[in-house]
Order: sequence, then C-alpha cells, then structure tokens
Amino acid sequence: MKKNTSIPDTAVDIAEVKKHQLVLKVLLYILIYSFLTFMAIIVLFPFYWMIISSLKTLAEYRLNTPTFWPQQIFIQNFRVAYEVANLGQLFVNTLIVGVVSTILSLIVTVLSAFAFARLEFKGRNLLFGVLMATMMVPGELFTITNYMTVTSWNLTNTYTVLIIPFLVSVFYIFLLRQNFKQIPNELYLAAKVDGTSDLKYLWKVMIPLCIPILITITILKMMGAWNSYIWPRLVANDDAHKLITNGLRGASFTDEANVTNFPAQMAAVVIVSFPLFLVFLFLRKYIMKGVARSGIKG
Amino acid sequence: MVDNRHQWKAWAYLAPALILLGIFSFYPLINTFRIAFLEGYNGLAIVGGESFSFGFENFKTVVNYSDFQVCLKNTLLLCVITVPISTTLALLVAVGLNAIKPLQKTLQTIFFLPYVTNSIAIGMVFNVMFTQVGAGNIVQTAGIINNIIGIFGVNAINWVNPGSSWSANMMVVCIYIIWKALPFKILILLGGLQTVNKQYYQAAKIDGTSKARTFLRITVPLLSPMIAYVVITSFIGGFKEYSSIVGIFGESMGPNGQMNTIVGYVYDMLPKSNVGNAAAAALILFGIILIVTALNFYISKKKVHY
Repeated sequence: MKKNTSIPDTAVDIAEVKKHQLVLKVLLYILIYSFLTFMAIIVLFPFYWMIISSLKTLAEYRLNTPTFWPQQIFIQNFRVAYEVANLGQLFVNTLIVGVVSTILSLIVTVLSAFAFARLEFKGRNLLFGVLMATMMVPGELFTITNYMTVTSWNLTNTYTVLIIPFLVSVFYIFLLRQNFKQIPNELYLAAKVDGTSDLKYLWKVMIPLCIPILITITILKMMGAWNSYIWPRLVANDDAHKLITNGLRGASFTDEANVTNFPAQMAAVVIVSFPLFLVFLFLRKYIMKGVARSGIKG
Repeated sequence: MVDNRHQWKAWAYLAPALILLGIFSFYPLINTFRIAFLEGYNGLAIVGGESFSFGFENFKTVVNYSDFQVCLKNTLLLCVITVPISTTLALLVAVGLNAIKPLQKTLQTIFFLPYVTNSIAIGMVFNVMFTQVGAGNIVQTAGIINNIIGIFGVNAINWVNPGSSWSANMMVVCIYIIWKALPFKILILLGGLQTVNKQYYQAAKIDGTSKARTFLRITVPLLSPMIAYVVITSFIGGFKEYSSIVGIFGESMGPNGQMNTIVGYVYDMLPKSNVGNAAAAALILFGIILIVTALNFYISKKKVHY
C-alpha cells in the first residue's frame, strides 16, 4: 500500500476503486434494508388489519374504499364479540383445563425426567429410545384410538377428557432430562452420603436449578390449551367445556339477513390473540428456548 | 451395581408417565394399526358383536375414494409449493438480518411475532383480508387484498367466498402457510448463521469472491444442516396441515370441501364411525411422512456439509 501511494496515478486509481466499492456497499445495504422492511410489513400487516378492523363500525368496514385508520373508534365491537362468542365462559373453561393440565404435566414430567437422568435401572436407554420414537408418529394415529377409548368410557364433554389423554409429552420429558443431566452427579452423590432422600434432593436441588426450563414447559403447556383445536373440537363441543379456540371458530357473527359483522369477529380474534401477545412481549426468551430444540408448537 | 431396591424406585418415578403413555400412546399406536387392517371396521358394528377379518379393504376403499384423492392432491401440493418458498424467503431474511447492525434486534422481534399466535385466529384474519363483502352480485367491499392488487390494475378475484375457484383457495392457503412458517425457520437459520466462523468470509473477501458466490459457496453449504432440518420439519408439518385451513375456511374446508387435506379427511371419517377408513388414511399419512423424511435424510447425507 505504502509503495503505491508514492505513485500518484495508482493512488487515484485506488481511491477510485474504493469509492466504487463504497457505492456498491451502500447499494447492497439499501437493498438489504428494503427487503427486510418489505418482509416486516408483510409479517405485520395481518395484525394491523385485525386491530383496525376490530375498531371500525360495520358501515365503515363495508365502505367501497377501505380506510387505513378507523374514522370513529367503535369499542362497542368488543362487547358484542364477548357476548356473541360467549368468551367469558370459554375463557374460564380454558383456564381450568390449562392450569390443571399444566400442574399435573409438570409433576409427571419432573418425576420421569429425574428417573431418566439420575436413577439407574435395567432398560433405561431402550425405554428412553422408545419414548423418543413416539415423537415421530403423527398425532392422528393416537387420536383415532383415543377418541374411541374416551367415547366408550363415556368421557366426552368433561374436563377429564381435555386434560388426561395428552397430558404426558415426551418432548417435555426430553427437554427436562437434558437439563437435569447437566447438574453434576457429585451433588447427587454428596446428598446421598448426607442421607438426603431422592425426593428431597429433587425438590431442594434439581428443581430450583431448572426453573427456567420449567417455566418454558409451563408457558408451552398453557399456550397448548389456549391454541388447541382438533382434540377439544372432537371430544368436548358443549358450552360448558368448549375451549377458546374452538369457541372462536364456531361463533357465528352472521345475522339472519346474511350480513356478517366482521368488525365484531375481528374484535373476538383480538381478544383471543391478546394473551398470546403478552406472552410474546414478556416471556419470549422462554419460548425460544423450547423452539430452538424442536419445531413443536404448543 | 444396580440393586433391586433402586430398580423398583426408578419404576415408581416413571409409573405415572408410563401408565398414561401406555393407555393413550402405546395402545393407540398398536390398536390404530390393527383397525386399519380390519375390513370394514366401524365403531357401531363392534358394539353389536360383529367380528372382522384382516385385509387391505380399508386402504382400497380410501385410495379409491374421490374425496381422499382430492385431499391427497391438496396436501402434496401444499408441501411442494410452500416448503421451497418459505425456506428461501427465511434464508434471505436470516442472511439479511445477519448482515446488518442497526435495527437488527427490532426486526428480529418482528419476524418472530407470527410464531406466538393462534393459527385458527390469524387464519380468520386472513379470511377477512381476502373476503369480498356484499350479497350476491352487488359487491360492496372487495377486501383489502383485492384493493391492493387493484392498485396494480388487477381485477378483483373471488378468493375465499362461495363459488371461488380451487386455485384461488390454494393460493390463499399457501400464502398463509408461508407467512406462518417464516418465524421458526428464520430463528433456526439465523442461529446457524451466527455460529458460522467469520474467517471463511474474510478468506473469501481476500480472494475477491463476489457476494453472490460467497452466499452460494460458503453460506449455503455451512448452513446446510440447519436448512435440512427446517426442510424436514416443514415437510412433516405440511403433510399434517389442517388447522390453517380451518382457520381460513372453517370446518367446511373451502367451498364444497375442495381444500380438504389428509388430516381433515381423518377427522371427517372419525365421528361418522368410519374408524377403519380413518385409521387407514392416518397410516397412509404416516407412510408418506416416513418416506419423505427418509428421502430427505438420504439427499442431505449426500449434499449436507457437516
């Protein structure tokens, strides 16, 4: 470089080339930012449209030329949505199912993850392998027989049928076992020497050390209840047990004259989406922990 | 040495999970296989004490059923269209995000947003965006998407209303599935990009390699394990596609059920006590998933750089 600068002509050339490179670089960044902005708009647009539609009056929604901001904010839609879709009852149902199944699922998951991570028994690896293999199987294969089982036990339209059949998730056992395994075995052996029982050790040492992943499981399980559609739709379709997603899809916002109240429908969608949005805002990092390990949703 | 007392204790810890998995996972797996091969099995007849012989009757019925052929065609097309497009878009977004500094975190947050949503609820939003409002021939509002394409001089299309064409429906469903698939893929691919050794790029820069060549010769090969992973998971997800379509069209699965999928078919048959057909269809789905996954593994063994 230094040698070149002594020759004026080459210096000009280099400056020229550098300028050229700079221009290219700027152009490249303009391209990248435009593309990302364009994609971001596409990602955000449905949310934007959902929210502004939920705030419009039906008359405004039905205008020939769409408005991109409500002329008059019509909060009334949310009251209509709440009443038409019976959202209060749906919310209570979903909360009961979500909380009970999360607590039970945590207990079962912690116990079995502990056994797989710390206790030694014959056929441990084989059993774990078999469990992992069931994750490959499409859920429909289970659902078909489970549907027959719960029908023959007369369990349809109960909370039990919503909570028990899909309570145990092999994925959560796997997730927690990986975490348990990272806790040094020396701690366990030391506790054994001190005469601490397994259960006490699990409760006092292992669980506190794995709180983040337990929070992840809790969030995923609660979101599972909130978002689940297929199984609840199949086995619990009465008003007293209907879950929120099923209720939302089933609610009719169309009147006798075949006019659909889209703003009210969008208001219902906003209400159902809102808790998920809060989870996204405040608990995102916990979900990403689970996502990074698998594509399983909810 | 493992003593017997320990053995017993381990099984006690596992008992709740194993009992539940036994009843609701292992037994169903075996039973669903059995039902699929019981000829003409249905839930009502079994109560009457009828017995069934083994055979391929259910599979023959399902495969020859025109509704199922529609479902199969839809499901395959959905996968073939959405997986390459969403993977390419996600790859471009991830590479773009990785190249910038200002606004990186904000944009990353935005791109993750669709992951934490309810697919039925947002499907309903997509329906609204594509729906024409108005009764009969008097269309009042063409729907926001028609308004937007109208700016470019494209005539309004009947996307989702009664009487809409199969290809229009297909396009809406594909757009929604691609939109929904982006966050997970971007997350995985961006995570992969951030672990790629910077030295490869520096070496390429010194050699004067062009950006496009660097992307194709360095970025894509180094990312290939992650790309293979997202392709496999999205193929599996695509074959099980159901709730996105319910979100857009409701239980009817499109005008005359023309957008139905294999999973949709299974859930049509089940409450009608056509359990044998449902089981056979589910096994066909399982078979397809196994074959496609094996194929993906086979191709990635050859192409993936580890």
